[in-house]
Amino acid sequence: MKPKRRKPVSAGQRTAVRRRSTKRWKLRLYVAGPTPRCITALNNLKEICETHLKGTYRIEIIDLLKRPKLAAGDQIVAIPTLVKNLPPPVTKIIGDLSDTEKVLVGLDLRPEG
Amino acid sequence: MVRKRGGKSDLSGIRKAPTGIDGLDEVTAGGFPAGRPTLLCGHAGCGKTVLAMEFLINGAAKYNEPGLFVSFEEDQSELRANFASFGPNLKDLMRRKRIAIDYIPVERSEIMETGEYDLEGLFVRLAHAVDAIGAKRVALDTIEALFSGFSNAGILRAELRRLFRWLKSKGLTAVVTGERGENTLTRHGLEEYVADCVILLDHLVSDRIATRRLKIVKYRGSTHGTNEFPFLISKDGVSILPVTSLELCHGASTERVSSGVASLDLMFGGKGYYRGSSILVSGSPGSGKTSLAAHFVDAACRRGEKCAFFSFEESPAQVMRNMASVGFDLGKWVDKGLLRMECWRPTAYGLEKHLADIHRTVEAFGPRCVALDPISGFIPVGAPSEVKSMLLRIVDYLKTRFITTLITDLVPASVEEDCYGSGISSIADTWLSVTTKTVRESRERVFSIVKSRGMDHSARIVKLVITNKGVRLEA
Repeated sequence: MKPKRRKPVSAGQRTAVRRRSTKRWKLRLYVAGPTPRCITALNNLKEICETHLKGTYRIEIIDLLKRPKLAAGDQIVAIPTLVKNLPPPVTKIIGDLSDTEKVLVGLDLRPEG
Repeated sequence: MVRKRGGKSDLSGIRKAPTGIDGLDEVTAGGFPAGRPTLLCGHAGCGKTVLAMEFLINGAAKYNEPGLFVSFEEDQSELRANFASFGPNLKDLMRRKRIAIDYIPVERSEIMETGEYDLEGLFVRLAHAVDAIGAKRVALDTIEALFSGFSNAGILRAELRRLFRWLKSKGLTAVVTGERGENTLTRHGLEEYVADCVILLDHLVSDRIATRRLKIVKYRGSTHGTNEFPFLISKDGVSILPVTSLELCHGASTERVSSGVASLDLMFGGKGYYRGSSILVSGSPGSGKTSLAAHFVDAACRRGEKCAFFSFEESPAQVMRNMASVGFDLGKWVDKGLLRMECWRPTAYGLEKHLADIHRTVEAFGPRCVALDPISGFIPVGAPSEVKSMLLRIVDYLKTRFITTLITDLVPASVEEDCYGSGISSIADTWLSVTTKTVRESRERVFSIVKSRGMDHSARIVKLVITNKGVRLEA
């Protein structure tokens, strides 16, 4: 395949592209205020990511008490909910993420069963 | 059971949110409990969603109570199709932010569970949507879908309990729908959480005719009708019809209206029927029932009163031709706008549709006299008790509207007068009977007044003769 002719990009844009590409994992954790359960979930998630995805992930925390509108976008019902947007497919994992094995399966880092 | 807070006023003490649905407010004595959840249960396709939506629309349009509809099951396009019947009304209310529709899909296949969770996300969304339009009414359709979305029933039950507490604390009048279970009202036992008001919808098909029915299973702190009420979903929405049979409070007039037959009026002391009463004419085939009905209608039109003639056997043209042969020009009254002819085949629809159609015609046209010819046509449409209850409701309804009603009823030629086809003689104020007997090798019609409540009447048995100028009674 012929390489596509690209528009010239600025240096700043280029680094942005590169930075995004290094964070292959885009995770979103929905919480509702700093409840013990939500904090547990965040700590569990950080630990899993540091162990398995070090340097290649980004976690966005969305507090629905502050931004209730965002609940509709990812159709959030349960709290806490972890949404993996990238890499595809999109998956949802609910709960405090205390079952590490299950979380890894959900993130597609372990084959099921 | 009754606590010491004083008799009857206690019963009507709870605040109600009127549904604005024809008949439903009457059977619930004012509507659903305000600020509390009401459970609406029934099998799929029994009208839960439409009833819930109509509750919201009426709240927003008539009672200044904005409403939020939350669907857990159908997606937006399905919902739109479902609500298409509400037409521009709903769209307009949505544009003016009086109604909001939120769609919260729950699919287990998409969700994985690990550890503890709650449904705070749902609460956040509900609270946000409620606040956005200042909703006073909420419909959750159907919340049970959550059970298919989450596997931890323990968490779910605790959260549902919290949800209903939350709805109450917010003062929201909520309608929660639930699918009928095998041996329970709802599949997941929602009735455990909604203790205030439970309404059951039913969709029966017998003899290929469908009848929708509504029953109030429970209404804490309120009187309510305990019967099964037929209801109807039509292009005008839901109606529960008619409901006037709950009360016996129609007035009684001493005004008299002519039967249209001078010799019959004479048998009633020269004055005729009571205005607003119901007259039953029972007779064997060809005994002149329809002719008596035509007399009654013709006399009313002559007085300049509006009349509705419901025929359940013949087409309008047929009725008019046949009546022309005995001297009535009914077409003239139709042209003048005094007479409305409505002809339906009873077996074409279920009973509740007939009820509704008669109700609507009467409401729209506003007749002072109504003839139903013959009601025996309804016998094949439903079980005898159902038919009788429907006829009772029609007659009661017309009575409360102070409409003089003449009903004809076909009884087999072979039976005596005390056997009656539709078994509704008890609700008629005046009962006329025409039978035929063979006298000297010709058929003779024999007429008598079986009863006539509250007035003097002749007890004689007379001969009824049909001429080309109508009916004549001869001693």
